[in-house]
Amino acid sequence: MDDPSVPDDKAVASPTATLAEIRAGSYYDSVVLMLLQRALAGLPGVLDAGVVMGTPANKALLAQSGLLTDVLQAAAAEDLILVVKAESESYCRSALARVDDLLAARRSNQTGAYRPKSLTSATRMMPEAEWVLTSVPGRYAAGVAREALNLGKNVFLYSDNVGVEDEISLKDTAASKGLLVMGPDCGTARVNGFGLGFANRVRKGRIGIVAASGTGLQTVMVGIHRLGCGVSQAYGTGGRDLSADVRARSARRALALLKEDAETDVIVIVSKPPEASVAQELLSEAASCNKPVVIDFIGYVSTEDQAGAPSNIRFARTLDETAEIAVRQTAASDSQGSFKWDSPATQATVPHSQLMPSPPQQTFLRGLYSGGTLAYEALFLLQDSLTSVRSNGPLPGGLVLDNPHRSEGHTIIDLGGDAFTVGRLHPMLDNELRIRRLLQEAQDPETGLIVLDVVLGDGAHEDPASELAPAIEEAGAAAAKDGRTLPVVAVVIGTDGDPQGLDRQVKQLEGAGACVFTRHDYAMRAVACAFAGGGEGRHHIPSELKLSVPKSMGDVSNSSAFAAINVGLESFTDSLRDQGAEVVHVDWRPPAGGDERLASLLTRLR
Amino acid sequence: MANRIDSANAEAVERMVEARPVLTGLGKALDLIPGMHENLLLHAGPPIAWGQASGPLRGGLIGALIFEGRARNEEEAERLIVSGEVSLAPCHHHSSVGPMAGVISPSMAVYEVENRTHGNRAFSNLNEGYGKVLRYGAYSEEVQERLRWMHEVMAPVLGAAIESSSGVDIRALLAEALHMGDEGHNRNKAGSVLYTKQLAPHIAKAAPDAATAADVIEALGDNALSVLNPVMAACKAMADAGSEVEQSTIVTTMARNGTEFGIRVSGLGGRWFTSPCPQPVGLYFPGFSAEDGNPDIGDSTITETAGLGAFAMAAAPAIVTFVSGTPQDALNATLEMYEITAAEHSSFTIPQLDFRGTPVGIDLRAVVETGITPRVNTGIAHKEAGVGQIGAGLVRPPLELFTEALVTFAEEYGF
Repeated sequence: MDDPSVPDDKAVASPTATLAEIRAGSYYDSVVLMLLQRALAGLPGVLDAGVVMGTPANKALLAQSGLLTDVLQAAAAEDLILVVKAESESYCRSALARVDDLLAARRSNQTGAYRPKSLTSATRMMPEAEWVLTSVPGRYAAGVAREALNLGKNVFLYSDNVGVEDEISLKDTAASKGLLVMGPDCGTARVNGFGLGFANRVRKGRIGIVAASGTGLQTVMVGIHRLGCGVSQAYGTGGRDLSADVRARSARRALALLKEDAETDVIVIVSKPPEASVAQELLSEAASCNKPVVIDFIGYVSTEDQAGAPSNIRFARTLDETAEIAVRQTAASDSQGSFKWDSPATQATVPHSQLMPSPPQQTFLRGLYSGGTLAYEALFLLQDSLTSVRSNGPLPGGLVLDNPHRSEGHTIIDLGGDAFTVGRLHPMLDNELRIRRLLQEAQDPETGLIVLDVVLGDGAHEDPASELAPAIEEAGAAAAKDGRTLPVVAVVIGTDGDPQGLDRQVKQLEGAGACVFTRHDYAMRAVACAFAGGGEGRHHIPSELKLSVPKSMGDVSNSSAFAAINVGLESFTDSLRDQGAEVVHVDWRPPAGGDERLASLLTRLR
Repeated sequence: MANRIDSANAEAVERMVEARPVLTGLGKALDLIPGMHENLLLHAGPPIAWGQASGPLRGGLIGALIFEGRARNEEEAERLIVSGEVSLAPCHHHSSVGPMAGVISPSMAVYEVENRTHGNRAFSNLNEGYGKVLRYGAYSEEVQERLRWMHEVMAPVLGAAIESSSGVDIRALLAEALHMGDEGHNRNKAGSVLYTKQLAPHIAKAAPDAATAADVIEALGDNALSVLNPVMAACKAMADAGSEVEQSTIVTTMARNGTEFGIRVSGLGGRWFTSPCPQPVGLYFPGFSAEDGNPDIGDSTITETAGLGAFAMAAAPAIVTFVSGTPQDALNATLEMYEITAAEHSSFTIPQLDFRGTPVGIDLRAVVETGITPRVNTGIAHKEAGVGQIGAGLVRPPLELFTEALVTFAEEYGF
């Protein structure tokens, strides 16, 4: 009644008014007219409305509702009738004046494309898709993966909590069909130039990778890209693949693919130390590849043991060194049959220096990692420099942290470990837990130096430094208040092509006072040096080495095509689309609405 | 054993798709419909007693008994039925289907559709058009007058015309209508025009005079639903061809009587699974609202059962607006139905989906697994007898119907 757009109505004798309009020769579908009628009926002061073609039947309906005025009796079947009954004549006029707007307004609200509800119908929508990504809850994941294999698709199985029996049977099924299962618990892969899960944007190139570790794979990919080369295919296997139970079923299959791949000249294998007999099996397969193979089993065989290895195999000591050896080898790969290996220059070259204060005595390292393999490599690289480093994921025979939520002496934590990720997002996606831990460590007077890894790429947090940098400043301020200095080392794993912007991330972190590295092994050397200095003076640490590789290696943009079906995390669909892939996202729900009795009945009926 | 279900389903759906329903004639229900007798009234949906019948269904039954000359008013009609002198049975039990109340009485004219592939027949009554009509439970004198004209004047001419046309291939007609913006259930505009066009020359020849010919052609041509009843009979003939296949989980009947929604499954014989009928969601004509609406009613869901109606919504974007949708929603509606169907129709194709066949053959297992129930395009009847259609919209049968049927199926076949 207070609507200012409605002109004041002088007092009327009749409590209601009815006003009609005839539009000759207009045709609208009857349902469009019904919608218009509904919209008119919803306008201020309007009691009822009719919008119909002037057929006898429609006029009879209007008469029944008391909407048929004398004027309308004359309407013909081809005429559009607009009639409004309202509290006053002015309300009628206002309503009728809105008709054209209302008819026009309907056009704008478009809804989205269809989202299939099942893998089968997604396959019918995109039969050319060769890959299915699965990140549904663990107890359903094997079912989805099995269905994908039966549909003839390769599987990227991100889900964890899949039983080892299921893993073995899935991998055997895949092998019998000539397909590959990556995972369960596989976080990263790069197929035909497209990153799956958490993956950095790297150039296409001639190095193929098999990795049982997500951040390990990312670190190697990033290293290869930084040195000017690129990746042909990077297959994940899942962390349990190289166990005594699973016996490298996926790794061996991936290795076979790379062996046959004409676009792969050099092969890289990355894993935490495998079970010994599995390692031997894998090595003998690698030896038969007739391509140079660079292996980082993270501390399994040090470079000194190189002598016993087959001539096409080279062990690397760090993830970044792995990338470096592989890149050097691509240049030398023309030579068939004999393999010449350059010795890596990493240890010798210290081109210029970067300054980092040494932590005071009686203080300790606190490494707060989001990447499990990076945390593991940190333990390995620091084992000779720092004594008694505790962790929630220690080296074989290493010290276990009693309580993962409380640091003790030198401590390196994998915040992506089970104790931290049950019921919450991975720290590569959600910084909150790590920021809380960082501030907790800053309050501890025994904390002498903090290490953080910051992993970029598709699938990861869209701007991690924007949240970590203020927290680093806050940590520094908290320590300063106590009269302490608290150096923070940040290791950024990312490329210039990553969506977060490598430079932008580095600048934000440096702006907050962090000492930023883009090579994890160099960061670890710096940390070791800092602690060796015992708190006095400042130490020279290596900055990063650049190999002279021509810049004409191409950029990260992709000319090849990739089609996939994603079941689960929507961010995987978004990131693949961002990369230019064709993706069908399955709007997945548990079978039979999660009713297990019906679900098992359905299984019997399938 | 489970593979046996897949092959049984493939067989059931293949029979549905291969069926070629042809409209072959028009005659008296008593003469044509198997099992029809003087004291029987057929109605839409699963079996129901007078006491449970809703307003529109009661109105249809009363109107039919008045039309038959068995009763003069509501009280007399009710007495006949309650006393058991006149019995009730679902159309579906007699190879028949009827829209809305779907009442067929012994002397009513019915279309006869023959499935030329498998030889089975199906029947449906004449469509009365819009406004006050028996199928919405109206039975006033003007309704009776209209029915009399249809039976005394129109039916003989139409019957002769159909005979002289040597049959109307309804499957071919539907295939063409889908390419003209129909979905075969709520929108039969194009199909009705095609139907009228095909019969017009035969009507002109069969009619006793030009004025009668003009009246009959006008009645068919003005009614955008004139082909609905032959279409429903054709869908019934197709669905019946796929029924009674051992071990098949394909749904071969979906029907509502205004009180309950019922389904039947190919591998479970004639057994009905029923559950209270939901009310459609949709748009109401001026002066009416959801409060006036009756729970969903009619055998017209036979179109969805056969892969038309809401299942072919992508072909009919013009009517998606009755659920406030967009043309994209029309595509999505059909795409969703592929999730629960066993096949794509080889005759009914959708230009908007690159001539993909319509989704056909609802698989009980897929409905229970995905939780997606079939979509149904429907008209909304006033809950009181005689008022008529008051809107149009969308309805879905309750999921528990399918769950119950699946559990029964598993028990029956020892899974």
